[in-house]
Amino acid sequence: MIRRPYRLRLAVIAVTTLLSLPALAVLPSEMLSDPALEARARVLSKEVRCQVCQNQNIDDSAAPLAADLRRLIRERITAGDTDAEILDFLVKRYGIYILMRPPVEPSTWPLWFGPAALLAIASLALIVAARRRAPVNPAADLTPEDETTLRDILERRS
Amino acid sequence: MRRLLYLLPLLAFLAIAAWFAAGLSRDPSRIPSALIDRPMPAFALPAVADSGVPGMATADLRGHVTLVNVFASWCVPCRSEHPILLRLAHEPNVVLYGIDYKDPPADGAKFLHEFGNPYAAIGADTDGRAGIDLGVYGVPETFVVDRDGRIRHKQVGPITPQTLQETILPLIAQLSK
Repeated sequence: MIRRPYRLRLAVIAVTTLLSLPALAVLPSEMLSDPALEARARVLSKEVRCQVCQNQNIDDSAAPLAADLRRLIRERITAGDTDAEILDFLVKRYGIYILMRPPVEPSTWPLWFGPAALLAIASLALIVAARRRAPVNPAADLTPEDETTLRDILERRS
Repeated sequence: MRRLLYLLPLLAFLAIAAWFAAGLSRDPSRIPSALIDRPMPAFALPAVADSGVPGMATADLRGHVTLVNVFASWCVPCRSEHPILLRLAHEPNVVLYGIDYKDPPADGAKFLHEFGNPYAAIGADTDGRAGIDLGVYGVPETFVVDRDGRIRHKQVGPITPQTLQETILPLIAQLSK
């Protein structure tokens, strides 16, 4: 149990940490006035990789390029482009690496299907190996000598 | 025969491990350009104030081999490649154009006055939109553009003496034939 003097401090730390979680990379000045369009922009931004901090999407990244791309996406949404058109616009300039989820094409098959394929092969190998193993002999009857030895042991034990 | 079958998983593991090792040895910050062999995207940028050279437009990039160098006054590695650019400015086969990327108006000129101006023309890309059209994600970056205005090579990061000798100069020579 947590001692009484520390409980208050722990509570303060917990509350302030939780309150700071919603800190966003998207500045209020960037946001669109139409909430539906802004929501669309946020969702779309999560599909776009920040080329500078490459494990983040541009919705999370604080890099200047991410801010530029967020602004660009909002402009194109306001101009009426579809989501597919906007992503295609970016892919034409930055390549497929700008998508957080690369398209499924021969060059990315190992990425998308590799782990599942390896799991399937390994499972298959296990099943085949288990089937091939010599079947365990059901307990054969004991010979009379073994019966006697067994009875002796059991009676000595009890 | 059975023995060989038992070797298969090991061989498969070694093959996959070798493939991953090759991939892991690559530099993830070097993203290949999507614009290789495509025409230079069309844009026209105003001149950098007080730089002494005009602005640049994509239409100007025909008839000669061009190096389009994306730089900024706030970019530290740009300073290390600048002497190489000043040398390249004297190469007979190539013209140097600059794009001053996301620089406040006076800073570009100040940078050039301090370090020298190798460019025949410089476009001021203050909002970075021309950079986005070029797929720029960091500075410096340099594009080698052929006589028809097609991008043939993109150098990510500063041009080092080694890349100059091994990649850039041979490419310029080849495109100038």
